[in-house]
Amino acid sequence: MDASQDRIRVIIAKVGLDGHDRGVKIVARTLRDAGMDVIYTGLHRTPEEVVDAAIQEDVDVIGVSILSGAHMTVFPRLVELLKAKGADDIRVVGGGVIPDDDLPKLRALGVSEILLQDTPPETIVAAVRRVVAERGAR
Amino acid sequence: MSYVPSAELVARVLEGNLRAIARLATRAESGVDEARMALDDVFRHAGRAHIVGITGVPGSGKSTLVTALTAAIRRTGRKVAIVAIDPSSPFSGGSILGDRIRMGEVAGDPGVFVRSMATRGALGGLARGALEVVDVLDAAGFDVVVIETVGVGQDEVDVARAAHTTVVVSAPGLGDDIQAIKAGILEIADIHAVSKCDRPDANRTIADLKNMLAMAVGAGTRYGVRLTSKPGAAPDRELEWRPPVIATSSQRGDGVDELLTAIDRHYAALRDSGELDARRARIAERRMLAAAEDILRTRFAQHRDGRVAELLGAICERQVSPHAAATRLLDELNVGGHA
Ligand code: B12
Ligand SMILES: Nc1nc2c(ncn2[C@@H]2O[C@H](COP(=O)(O)OP(=O)(O)O)[C@@H](O)[C@H]2O)c(=O)[nH]1
Ligand SMILES: [Mg+2]
Repeated sequence: MDASQDRIRVIIAKVGLDGHDRGVKIVARTLRDAGMDVIYTGLHRTPEEVVDAAIQEDVDVIGVSILSGAHMTVFPRLVELLKAKGADDIRVVGGGVIPDDDLPKLRALGVSEILLQDTPPETIVAAVRRVVAERGAR
Repeated sequence: MSYVPSAELVARVLEGNLRAIARLATRAESGVDEARMALDDVFRHAGRAHIVGITGVPGSGKSTLVTALTAAIRRTGRKVAIVAIDPSSPFSGGSILGDRIRMGEVAGDPGVFVRSMATRGALGGLARGALEVVDVLDAAGFDVVVIETVGVGQDEVDVARAAHTTVVVSAPGLGDDIQAIKAGILEIADIHAVSKCDRPDANRTIADLKNMLAMAVGAGTRYGVRLTSKPGAAPDRELEWRPPVIATSSQRGDGVDELLTAIDRHYAALRDSGELDARRARIAERRMLAAAEDILRTRFAQHRDGRVAELLGAICERQVSPHAAATRLLDELNVGGHA
């Protein structure tokens, strides 16, 4: 009846002391321009705050940008909190500066998608859409 | 949480289950038919919350003030829900909803629920479905529901027809913003907050605003409501509500407790005088009319290629007037029924 019922909701967050916010802003604009509702949390959130916000906002996807090297603590914590709160239908994607060696580990932990430097906008949009489609309707 | 039909979400909403509240809010926002009856149900359980609207131009400090105000309300033990509205992009239909950036102070408090919404083409400062989302939060047991509007400026009066108490935020340093709030906005304010009073130019804004209010009174413009006396109310009740002007600094925390006191006093005055019922009736009327328009638009769209197209052709050929065609269409569509 209304196309907007399928509008994807994404929360985009920066966690911890990482102050690099150029990439995260580009990602937010890219997803908005693809017709998604993007909730931006701003800098310096804790994983707990991000997961609470994601639940209140009923998002399909949490997107976290990490350039500080803290990815191996932040992502596992997010996935763990989502499970603990019965919210693991909310998918986690990430980006930023992350060494290749860590990618398989993060995927194994349950991070759905990781997109690194110079990812073109179309790829980011396609990845988010795919992750939501794979999760199925809810 | 996998798929749960809206009908089953209602009981969980009433228990205060966060995921159920959030999911039903999403369905209210998208306007899906599947959620219609559940939302009707929720509406019957709502009506206890104090609905506070916060409006003012973008950048005036609404989100920051809402956060400080929420922290103050929490200190009184009440639970707070915030509906924060930002504009949708007219190009893509998507949005960036950034009000949470300012809300760090209340993040993680289980007595606070924040929901961001995009306008999706709605004018007047609210979002489509915003008031149904308010119903969900109200029914879920939040004592105060704060609506932060988009802040488009002059035309933004919808919030006054949706809230019990409307706070208009003005800020120094936004050019001629006092000029901008002059028209409709002045009349909808139950309370004026002048934000950023830590700034040196704030005194000027406060003085300008007070002058303008004094002039409006002099010119006989409605400013403040004479609250109708409830039969049997104590005769010495203060029945006239003069919108106070409160200087606030969210940064230093100044004025926030005064603002809360004014908001609570306003609600008490509404209740004691019987004006609350009058406002509820006004809100009901507006919502019913808006719902009727919505239904009509949807039905119109459904028949765009059929009967609507025929009638449009007839109008173009000047066989029927637009008004006559509309009357005919309404008769034929049996608008209240199902398609
Ligand atoms: C610009 C920059 C800065 C600027 C940041 C300005 C700002 N407001 O963002 C300034 C000068 C302030 C800065 C400071 C620092 N920086 Co710096 N900085 C960079 C630099 C050169 C570029 C980052 C950038 O903006 N890239 C452009 C954007 C568009 O790309 P992006 O963020 O990667 O985003 C893309 C993808 O990753 C992806 N993506 C990103 N996030 C997300 C999220 C989702 C959900 C998805 C789907 C995709 C996605 O999409 C984007 C578009 O393709 C990098 C080097 C590099 N190669 O990355 C170092 C770098 C990140 N900085 C680094 C360091 C060490 C610092 C400092 C600690 C330096 C210091 N000692 O003071 C400080 C820390 C500041 C802080 N508070 O965090 C290191 C980090 C090392 C590490 N991870 O181990 C890097 C890698 C440089 C290096 N090689 O050593 N920095
Ligand atoms: N100096 C000062 N700045 C403030 C105050 N409140 C908000 N601001 C700043 O004003 C800008 C807009 O604030 P925000 O709350 O997002 O305004 P909104 O667009 O009306 O929601 C931000 O940069 C805030 O940091 C205040 O009390 N004092
Ligand atoms: Mg705001």
